[in-house]
Amino acid sequence: MLEYINLFIKAVFIENMIFAFFLGMCSFLAVSKSIKTAFGLGIAVIFVNVITAPFNYLVLSLLLEKGSLAWISPSLAEIDLTFLAFILFISVIAGTVQLVEMIVEKFLPALYNSLGIFLPLITVNCAILGSSLFMQERAYNLPETIVFAGGSGVGFFLAIVALAAIRERLTYSNVPDPLKGLGLAMLITGLMGMAFLSFAGIQL
Amino acid sequence: MSTEVQSANLIKAPAEPLFSNKNIRVLKDPLGDNNPVTVQVLGICSALAVTTQVMPSLIMAGSVIFVVAFSNLIISIIRKGIPTRIRMIVQLVVVATLVTLVDQVLKAYVYEVSKKLSVFVGLIITNCIVMGRLEAFAMQKKPWASFLDGIGNGAGYGLVLIFVGVIRELFGSGSLLGYKIVPQWAYDMGYVNNGLMMLPPAALFLIGIYIWIQRSLNKSLVNVS
Repeated sequence: MLEYINLFIKAVFIENMIFAFFLGMCSFLAVSKSIKTAFGLGIAVIFVNVITAPFNYLVLSLLLEKGSLAWISPSLAEIDLTFLAFILFISVIAGTVQLVEMIVEKFLPALYNSLGIFLPLITVNCAILGSSLFMQERAYNLPETIVFAGGSGVGFFLAIVALAAIRERLTYSNVPDPLKGLGLAMLITGLMGMAFLSFAGIQL
Repeated sequence: MSTEVQSANLIKAPAEPLFSNKNIRVLKDPLGDNNPVTVQVLGICSALAVTTQVMPSLIMAGSVIFVVAFSNLIISIIRKGIPTRIRMIVQLVVVATLVTLVDQVLKAYVYEVSKKLSVFVGLIITNCIVMGRLEAFAMQKKPWASFLDGIGNGAGYGLVLIFVGVIRELFGSGSLLGYKIVPQWAYDMGYVNNGLMMLPPAALFLIGIYIWIQRSLNKSLVNVS
């Protein structure tokens, strides 16, 4: 049990998607102008991440890895299809997002109204595909994948809400014109990243 | 199949020379005033972590130019046959195929660098530059112009990447492309490499400053986003 908590904390703080790997920067910078929208996107990312990463784990372990096709027939045990991982992962993500969107629209209209516009955006959010690729590279097993996906989603959520809060405050301050908007957002993200670096020394 | 369609298109429109002024502009704009990273705010995602050295930056830039150019070309050729509702998945499949090609080639020929880039090659798929240019340009324009637009935007992205890569490697480890630049006597006299340059935030600071300089020089870019 303890190792899962460790993995979760590591994914949220030490290996934060935004500050350590720059994944999901596009939506991170574009959607962080107000706390409300940032909150919506953050929740949607956690949601989709927890669904797609385990799904991709199953795709990887049941279809792609060497020997994984043996459950169909032993003669297929030699086939190694891992080079197809990118195509299948992104298709799974695009498909899942579409499916999730329809299900949420049908059964949870209130949630749909608050997430609505963000769901399609998430297909091309690097943090989602990144979680699946890290899952493959670090060879997590199924429970680890779920915990890691949840953790990195929460990390993204924390980062985007924090940046949105800072940017809301900054609209009242006097910034040189050429630095307004994107330039300043970059510098702030850098400073926040430095703060998050202090977690790097923690051994779990 | 694709070459047939392409040649048919070229025969149909012989009026415009391949390098007309308009096409040159499509190629050159993204290098400066319409740079994908600093002006359009696209594609910051997967790249910053690879810029600690010049070599991975160069390889990443090359891969992105290839992927953007050819995905623009392919999508532009088949744009009339793509149903609007599922265009996202069609685009992603095309891009993912090209990225798989790049990844396999890198693994085969420059394994060391490919290991260093780790998941970031795969993340070219969700690099916003690729999707952004497909949506904004290739879905409406002719194949040749789209191809040039792809090369231009890939190069504009590469330019920023290499700028960041050169500064980070020079000040962070005192070398360029692996060759020592800062001489030994400088270290003997007490020069120390800047450790911050090797850490992720440095890339953000450098791009922030790049944007600041670019917007100070060109006032029309202020407040674009």
